[in-house]
Amino acid sequence: MRYSALTVLTQALKGHTGWMPAWRKASPAPAYDVIIIGGGGTGLATAYYLAKNFAVGRVAVLEKSWVGSGNIGRNTTIVRSNYLLPENVAFYELSLKLWEGLERDLNYNAMVSQRGVFNIYHSDAQRDAYARRGNAMRLHGVDAALLDREQLRREIPFLDYETARFPVLGALVQRRGGTVRHDAVAWGYARAADRLGVDIIENCEVTGFMFENGAVCGVETTRGTMKAGKVALCVAGASSVLAAKAGLRLPIETHVMQAFVTEGLKPLIDNVITFGAGHFYISQSDKGGLVFGGDIDGYNSYAQRGNLPVVEDVCEGGMALMPMIGRLRLLRSWGGVMDMSMDGSPIIDATPVGRLFLNAGWCYGGFKAVPGAGFCCAHLLATGAPHEAAAGYRLGRFAEGRVIDEKGVGAQPNLH
Amino acid sequence: MRIECPYCGPRGAEEFVYTQDAERARPTDGGASPTEDWAAYVYLRDNLPGARREYWYHQGGCRAWLKVTRDVSTHEILKVELP
Repeated sequence: MRYSALTVLTQALKGHTGWMPAWRKASPAPAYDVIIIGGGGTGLATAYYLAKNFAVGRVAVLEKSWVGSGNIGRNTTIVRSNYLLPENVAFYELSLKLWEGLERDLNYNAMVSQRGVFNIYHSDAQRDAYARRGNAMRLHGVDAALLDREQLRREIPFLDYETARFPVLGALVQRRGGTVRHDAVAWGYARAADRLGVDIIENCEVTGFMFENGAVCGVETTRGTMKAGKVALCVAGASSVLAAKAGLRLPIETHVMQAFVTEGLKPLIDNVITFGAGHFYISQSDKGGLVFGGDIDGYNSYAQRGNLPVVEDVCEGGMALMPMIGRLRLLRSWGGVMDMSMDGSPIIDATPVGRLFLNAGWCYGGFKAVPGAGFCCAHLLATGAPHEAAAGYRLGRFAEGRVIDEKGVGAQPNLH
Repeated sequence: MRIECPYCGPRGAEEFVYTQDAERARPTDGGASPTEDWAAYVYLRDNLPGARREYWYHQGGCRAWLKVTRDVSTHEILKVELP
């Protein structure tokens, strides 16, 4: 069923009795040409672009729980491409361009809202750093503008401009950045992939791999074994666990990151705003809740929850930037576990194990990367060569000394 | 999380800084030239769920380095030792 205003109208007249499930409940087939492990944003996007752009035969997505139950449903929904290093700018800009055409492409309302991302700066040195970042973006054809204090005040009047500790001096703004309804991204990709014939198999946990001459030839799951021509891991947070079943150790640690939503409010914050003197970023959802987050907790964790010191730190960041939110009550907070890579940048590459591919290491920035990660991983799976926008994201770059370290902090994932 | 420091008693996690896995073994060749062992030591991690031993630094207290056995799946602190 194609979604359109006419469909909504027709269904309204029929009492909404004709809506069909958005995707089939597929049962496992004995063999697939490509098996994608992980029914989150990245896995579903990979399946969709694989089925859409390449003729690779039968494709399945295996999800241990239900579609969208991982980080695609647990993030702060921000999309942007305001990176400094060339490898990252090119990739995230490809991803942002895909976001811009996503809803038409998927025939699904993902509520893409290019409301602008404002990175606030608080010192002369930080202004210089942001100017450099903005220039790097513009050299790559990405939009960026540096606002001074008065220009920023006209657009966002409610920040604490007068504070002596963290004076607001201006902002780097990417106006094409914004937010996207995260669950709808998973559902939209699942529906679109399903329409192209991809089997989305939920409640199907991969428990091991089958090998033939040193290469992967299939997977063992809680719903039986399946042969596969190629297997891709798209399981951020659990990448090391599955890689270990294939005998691999990865340059990844799993860390927990928390996010927060306040009670619903009338429209208050109409952009994405980040605090430059601490780690705090905020936007307002269409339901009215303020959605915000900060740093990762800083220690390895597979628990999908964090601890109170970081809750306090994030709320302090918010209060320093916009004291007006001080009387709001938190409605929910939650934690997601993520692949923190050793240089803060992702990996989309073949592995030393034959026919096993890796799409991992998305750190705490995987949501904005979903379309690009899927697009480039599909290219890699179908052609065997990396997509040019993801050419830097090789697994071997660490041993070769070609790390892509935006923050320049080295192989210490809790600092990225 | 609360860590029982052998010197200070039980203290909140905000007083401590997590540094790294305490079981990683440094290659013994001195590091004069890059080797696979060194690349693996610097960049590769086991990163599995369950109990593991790690170094925590009591920065907001006695500044001792502690070897903490912690279940990363539950955040339960199983044991605290001096290294």
